[in-house]
Amino acid sequence: MRWTFDEGSFEELDTELRSIDTLVFPEYAEKLTAAEEKTRMHDSIVSGRAKLDDMPVSVAVADFSFMGGSMGSVAGEKITRTLERAAQQRIPAIIFCASGGARMQEGILSLMQMAKTSAAVQLCREVGVPYICIFTDPTMAGVLASYASIADVIVAEPKSLVGFAGARVAKQAGVGKVPDDFQTAEFVFKHGMIDAIVPRKEMRSTLTSLVKTLGGHLFLSIGSVVKENIK
Amino acid sequence: MPSNFNEFEKELREIDEFIEKMKAEARKETNPTALEAGQAKILDLEKTRDRYLEMMYDPENLGPWEKTLIARAPKRPYTLDYVTALCQDFTELQGDRNGFADNAIVGGPALFEGTPVMIIGHQKGRDIQSRQFRNFGMAKPEGYRKAIRLFEMAERFKMPVISFVDTPAADPGVESESRGISEAIAASIMKMFALTVPTVAVVIGEGGSGGAIGIAASSRVLMLEHSVYSVIPPEGCAAILWRKPEMGKQAAEALKISSASALEYGIIDEILPEPVGGAHRKPVEVYATVRDGISRHLAELKTMTPEQVKAERFSKFRQMGIFDEVSV
Repeated sequence: MRWTFDEGSFEELDTELRSIDTLVFPEYAEKLTAAEEKTRMHDSIVSGRAKLDDMPVSVAVADFSFMGGSMGSVAGEKITRTLERAAQQRIPAIIFCASGGARMQEGILSLMQMAKTSAAVQLCREVGVPYICIFTDPTMAGVLASYASIADVIVAEPKSLVGFAGARVAKQAGVGKVPDDFQTAEFVFKHGMIDAIVPRKEMRSTLTSLVKTLGGHLFLSIGSVVKENIK
Repeated sequence: MPSNFNEFEKELREIDEFIEKMKAEARKETNPTALEAGQAKILDLEKTRDRYLEMMYDPENLGPWEKTLIARAPKRPYTLDYVTALCQDFTELQGDRNGFADNAIVGGPALFEGTPVMIIGHQKGRDIQSRQFRNFGMAKPEGYRKAIRLFEMAERFKMPVISFVDTPAADPGVESESRGISEAIAASIMKMFALTVPTVAVVIGEGGSGGAIGIAASSRVLMLEHSVYSVIPPEGCAAILWRKPEMGKQAAEALKISSASALEYGIIDEILPEPVGGAHRKPVEVYATVRDGISRHLAELKTMTPEQVKAERFSKFRQMGIFDEVSV
């Protein structure tokens, strides 16, 4: 986040959201507490507003260290709000993924976050705000099969794990021998599922170019300060 | 603990087979006294069987794992059984128009109660050959891309969409990853939110994770009583959490995958009751229940404008999720 966006420009929002153990799932409450203590975060996603070369963007960043970056009700709500803010405020959305998938401990509620977040992407499309998604290591399963894969532009960090079925689930489903580069950023790039592989140090300039071009139509109308910067 | 449906219904099947055997003998019986005695015994056995069935399917005795097994019952009605029973003039459409054809998702236009509708559903097979042909109901990317094609067609021709959901999961293999199974599912979900025609999904068996929601982001979602809806197959959950796939029962309980839980959490609109013994024992009753459920919800949706239909679907899914909001 510090490397990517303008220094000091990030303003965190949605900080009031807290996960709850609705299903009374074995050890979930304990895992949540432990993750909060370890990461000093309240869930796997931090969301808010930031700037890229002075251009405002709606952002969300996942942290794998909070329960594997998994998406439960709170993560889904934060992603949805990030995309909704982009649509409402007519600013681009940028989401950094790092997730093992949906959070099993919230069961069917987690599955529905796939629908909720995908609906929010549709909202962005209808009003014409660009949404850029960055796959970091790993971007998997329920996250990959929802809002992550339907961004206007997708870039991945080199060698990130990117795939639908995690190794243990795939084994359980009887998936046999796989190619050496299976489920890597390079594999999905080769198969046309993402636009580019971009190392972290080049991410800021790549994102800035994308926001200036795809989001150009938004910034021309919101004031001379931004216009000045786009030149 | 039974690990599959055959084990679950083993004793029941043994009684059934015994009754069948006695009936066959009775047909050959020529002595009237012996025939009468035989028939009385058959009636008796049938009563015992029904009592046993009542006990087995007593809600107290049907946990999430038992429901998982019932949802997977090989004789449970599948999508094309419902299409045959509920629709006329069905034409199956095939292909993703991009090089591939999937057999685990079927679909096409049909008439439902005289109205044109678009059908989309997962399809499983019953014998070894058809199971393989249907890939065990696990759709590949081309299945979801076909679904998108049919959703778009439904929108063009103003046809409500009826989805039948019955999949263990989407296909997780190398081919599917190569062709972008994740993107195909996500794009299909997103397309469903772009529709202004009414959409109704019925979970008829297994509502297996992304593979299920891929065709179930509908205006109304109904569930057969003993079907299940889950973020991950119980065995997969057990493999991840405890590294023991055989702990499916514990995982099914923890995941709360029953229709009652889905209703409680606001995920579905209605539970469609099944006869004692499950949908596979009295399919005709189930067809009537499903017809009535779809019909009622479609009638309600038809009173809305296309814009209202779309907005209502958005707001329905927007509200899904349970969390706390603290003051900061």
